Amino acid sequence: MDRYTKQTIMKGVLWASALITISFLVIIIGFIVYKGAPAISWEFLTEAPRRSGRLGGIFPAIVGTIYLAGLAVLVATPIGVGGALFLTEFSKESKFTRFIRFGADTLNGVPSIIFGLFGFAFLVYYMGFGISILSGGLTLAFMILPTVFRTAEEAIRAVPRWDKEGSYALGATKLQTIWHVVLPQSISGIVTGIILGLGRAAGETAPIIFTAAILNPVLPGSIMQPTMALPAHLYTLTSEGISMQNAFGTALVLIVMVLVFNLLVSLIRKKKALRR
Amino acid sequence: MVKMEVHDLNLWYGSFHALKDINMKVYKHKVTAFIGPSGCGKSTLIRCLNRMNDLISNVHVEGRVLLDDKNIYDKDIDVVNLRKRVGMVFQKPNPFPMSIHENITYGPKLHGKKKGLDELVEEKLKDAALWSEVKDILGQNAMDLSGGQQQRLCIARCLAVEPDVILFDEPCSALDPISTGKIEDLINELKRHYTIVIVTHNMQQAARISDYTGYFYLGELKEFNKTKKIFTNPDNPETERYITGKFG
Repeated sequence: MDRYTKQTIMKGVLWASALITISFLVIIIGFIVYKGAPAISWEFLTEAPRRSGRLGGIFPAIVGTIYLAGLAVLVATPIGVGGALFLTEFSKESKFTRFIRFGADTLNGVPSIIFGLFGFAFLVYYMGFGISILSGGLTLAFMILPTVFRTAEEAIRAVPRWDKEGSYALGATKLQTIWHVVLPQSISGIVTGIILGLGRAAGETAPIIFTAAILNPVLPGSIMQPTMALPAHLYTLTSEGISMQNAFGTALVLIVMVLVFNLLVSLIRKKKALRR
Repeated sequence: MVKMEVHDLNLWYGSFHALKDINMKVYKHKVTAFIGPSGCGKSTLIRCLNRMNDLISNVHVEGRVLLDDKNIYDKDIDVVNLRKRVGMVFQKPNPFPMSIHENITYGPKLHGKKKGLDELVEEKLKDAALWSEVKDILGQNAMDLSGGQQQRLCIARCLAVEPDVILFDEPCSALDPISTGKIEDLINELKRHYTIVIVTHNMQQAARISDYTGYFYLGELKEFNKTKKIFTNPDNPETERYITGKFG
């Protein structure tokens, strides 16, 4: 076999790998749309479940997921962005900063069920928050914190040194420089991290099944109450064999939500690429 | 009249001794040029004059730099205020990715100025010989200007905080000859009101626009003299070898 034939074969193999990657996405989404679409109706989206979800809709689960993911982002964003600003603008590279970065990366690798267990033991019991939106939202916040933190750090680090120097040379303080030069230029990267975190928080089941989620057809009245959530509802519908059709309907709603978040990210990236 | 004075200045980047026992004066309303081959310390020294090196980690400075007889490395010096008095224009034009108007008002706004901003923008753009080219597009993003225009905008931005001294760190190295000529004319104009220090790679530029010149080599100030003297009859034979192009 001559080397050109080898190259042609290799190209074919690589092309197939790329094709397989995208086909998984297409197959999974296609399958869920195919199985879930019959379940989708106005009633399904706007009504509470009846008879454990066999009938009725998933409205409380949609609302609950928004609460949980929203609270997670609300908590993780200031901490993550603050930590990233500290690491990039307020500290010199040292053992300590490397340790923080290593810690964040390790936290990112911790399986989500461990977060769930921790949230259950620490937040639900030790802190006494009970099974509640607060417990679940905080658990999700811990889980997405490294994502928000590290994306924000990369975005802030990418702000060119000369832009910051230009600001300092005009007599700006560090805070003024961060506010007027660093943040405006890194905001799209920071928001990307936040939305990625939002998508992940909306989709994770393990952290919330011990800490927040129940099958409860009413909307939560406060963050101290438990709530329904899409991934947990999907888990219950499937594992208890309640309704496969409604499980796929729930899956479809969840996947559309996450896809919308991902779409937002690529929109922001495109807009960012147009500038400069 | 002396505006700034450097006394026994030493600087280290980590263990690298980048500036060695520098002594020199910057005269008021004159142009002082620093020349020398790459890596000789001229940019490092100019960045000592507004303490820009503070921003780099692992830098250690010893010695004194006086601005109007006050050591800018004293503990009670407000660095923010110092940088307001000693402005800087950089090698790469670095306007902020904002409108032209916002670029000029950035500094004054930081320092609390709220009124008369439009007049200020016009005045400073005129001083930087840019007004006629941009007066109708003040709202446009500064990144859309040409390199030479961007650099003049950076000069205008610097003038807007009303400094006493302006430091130019190789301001023309990224510009074409025509833009370079405009910046040089501008520097000539500006020295009536400001004290100017310029680092340049280009010896002819130093000869054209400066009143005093310092020649640096490997972290040492080999000679500091009136520009005329440096370029016609330098005291140090090393300076002569450099300016006649025998090395460097």
